[in-house]
Amino acid sequence: MAEATQAAPITGNAQEQYYLSSQTQLMWRKFKRHKLAMAAGLLLVLFYVAAALVEVIAPYRPDTRFTEYIFTPPQRLRVVDHTGRLHLRPFVYGLQRELDMDTLERIYTEDHAVIHPLRLFVRGDEYRMWGLFDGDVHLVGVENGVYFPFGTDKLGRDLFSRNLYAIRISLSIGLIGVAVSFVLGCLLGGISGYYGGVPDLIIQRIIEFLISIPVIPFWMGLAAALPHDWPSLRIYFAITIILGIIGWSQLARVVRGKLISLREEDFVMAASVAGATKASIIFRHLLPSFMSYLIVSLTLAVPNMILGETALSFLGLGLQPPVVSWGVLLQDAQNLQSLANHSWLLIPGLFVVVSVLAFNFVGDGLRDAADPYR
Amino acid sequence: MLALFVRRGVFMLLTVLAVTVVGFLIIQLPPGDFLTLYILELEASGEVVDEATVDNLRRRYGLDLSPLGQYLRWLGNLVRGDFGLSFGWNRPVSELIGERLALTVTISLLTLFISYLLAIPIGIYSAVHQYSFSDYAFTVVGFMGLALPNFLFALILLYLFFTVFDIAVVGLFSSEFINEPWSVARVIDMLKHLPVPLLVIGLQGTAGLIRVMRGSLLDELRKQYVITARAKGLDERALLFRYPVRLAINPIISSVSWQLPQIVSGAVIVAVVLNLPTLGPLLLRALLTQDMFLAGTIIVMITILAVLGAFISDMMLMWVDPRIRFERAEG
Repeated sequence: MAEATQAAPITGNAQEQYYLSSQTQLMWRKFKRHKLAMAAGLLLVLFYVAAALVEVIAPYRPDTRFTEYIFTPPQRLRVVDHTGRLHLRPFVYGLQRELDMDTLERIYTEDHAVIHPLRLFVRGDEYRMWGLFDGDVHLVGVENGVYFPFGTDKLGRDLFSRNLYAIRISLSIGLIGVAVSFVLGCLLGGISGYYGGVPDLIIQRIIEFLISIPVIPFWMGLAAALPHDWPSLRIYFAITIILGIIGWSQLARVVRGKLISLREEDFVMAASVAGATKASIIFRHLLPSFMSYLIVSLTLAVPNMILGETALSFLGLGLQPPVVSWGVLLQDAQNLQSLANHSWLLIPGLFVVVSVLAFNFVGDGLRDAADPYR
Repeated sequence: MLALFVRRGVFMLLTVLAVTVVGFLIIQLPPGDFLTLYILELEASGEVVDEATVDNLRRRYGLDLSPLGQYLRWLGNLVRGDFGLSFGWNRPVSELIGERLALTVTISLLTLFISYLLAIPIGIYSAVHQYSFSDYAFTVVGFMGLALPNFLFALILLYLFFTVFDIAVVGLFSSEFINEPWSVARVIDMLKHLPVPLLVIGLQGTAGLIRVMRGSLLDELRKQYVITARAKGLDERALLFRYPVRLAINPIISSVSWQLPQIVSGAVIVAVVLNLPTLGPLLLRALLTQDMFLAGTIIVMITILAVLGAFISDMMLMWVDPRIRFERAEG
């Protein structure tokens, strides 16, 4: 992906610093040169910060219903009004609603007489942050009016806020699912690569089995088998485990391949002569020596989890409302009717694509950075 | 060759067996068996269900057996082509699956075929014209294929076709052909509806194949024999197709056996969005209504389809290409 950029000639102090850098510092140096990966990484950091602080950042709560504003299209934020006058403070126009008597559709038009300027730190919906303290201050918003940057859904809920809340669920499911895969992958790949023999044979066959089956029908079947009366938190964890159970095979392959090539090295022999147990050889000596490869595979595995959750929830088999994830939001865009009339319901898809791409770019950047030969 | 065939065949059978176990688990996992539901329904409609009837039904459906016994019984029925009764439709599962299975196979194989048909020339072109405008364009397409979930792609196409051309690209047949028997006109009608589903289902795989083809050809083109051949004055086109392409094509051809499971897997969701008369929508409906016999059977069928397809393509490859044969024999 990235062009192999040759390190510029290093002199004097910088040279000394270069030779004394640890592996991590070297990786970071190389990663910084990968512009696309840096940008993608920054975006992901932003996403996770937004996920952590969503109560403050989102203008409304995800379940606040504006019954007067059902299926409002996204509102344009303006700095120039209809007379051509420039406003220093961005604003939105008020909305007027009419009912088309033929199609019974609501038609929203901008009311040029009403101007709602955008303000920072406005008071609005009350929330309880991280279950610890209460608040009602929101980062941006309008007073006395409404501002829906992404429009509203069939119940009049603000889709911008809902999309932000969905970041929390969708991106954390990726991480937890990968954590499950990571544990399984390291454990089974480690056993398979280090011990070889019969355990290796069995684990290899399991991996081949998992690769040769179509995963989505299996995910669907397992997800549908979850009891309907479970609380949403338990469903959430069950889904991550389902995604992780099928997703570990790729990681186990990486671990196994690396272990097989490393276990013949002298330092392993030295450790075992010195009396180290097998477990400590695997976890203290072997795992750290290919940690960077593991991190790369993990980064590249997150998108699969996100896509899996989105697909399941989209079909109605994954997370269920009132939990908000991108897949749950996309459920509303399932048929042509709602798509044709309310195209903004597809916006969550944009979030999915952007975050998946970002993880891939970061993974690519890390791979190049971890490769000592580039 | 025979030993390879046997080994690969045994592995395939074991896979299928494992799949049936998972399928059976999926049928059994939801609380309550279908008989309980059936009895509830009978009672709801005002019928009196006495103990003897329940016991009779229980025996008839083998629910008095141990889990292992039930599994073996179910497996035996499966092998004989008796897939049980769909509770939701009150019809034999085999009847419901029939035509949909055939269409699923058709669509999957066509997608596979078209993926390769597109990916090989595009990959070659991209590698030969590295860093050209079209190379970048195909790279973008490749990333889209990677990041755009295929159901979302389907939704977007649905939306675009509807707003721009005012056509709803759903289904596989025009309304006048839906319940018709097969005829030449119906096949032609189906072919007209096929491009969009094939494009959507194939995008992801094709994008990946293009990347691999491009990458491996680029590796080949850097090798010394290419320079030698060029130095000897060999025609550029002849050189390209006679040596590097034939070598570079190997990895993507041998990936055919895991392309198929992915295509089959992705097709399930796309079929739901585009409302194709394949197994996908039927599976979703069965799962949502807890019609587990139908769902379990469909999952098993879809998987067997993918595994069998992979097996056949693998065998054909080994037969055609000695390199793959030796590679597999060692591995």
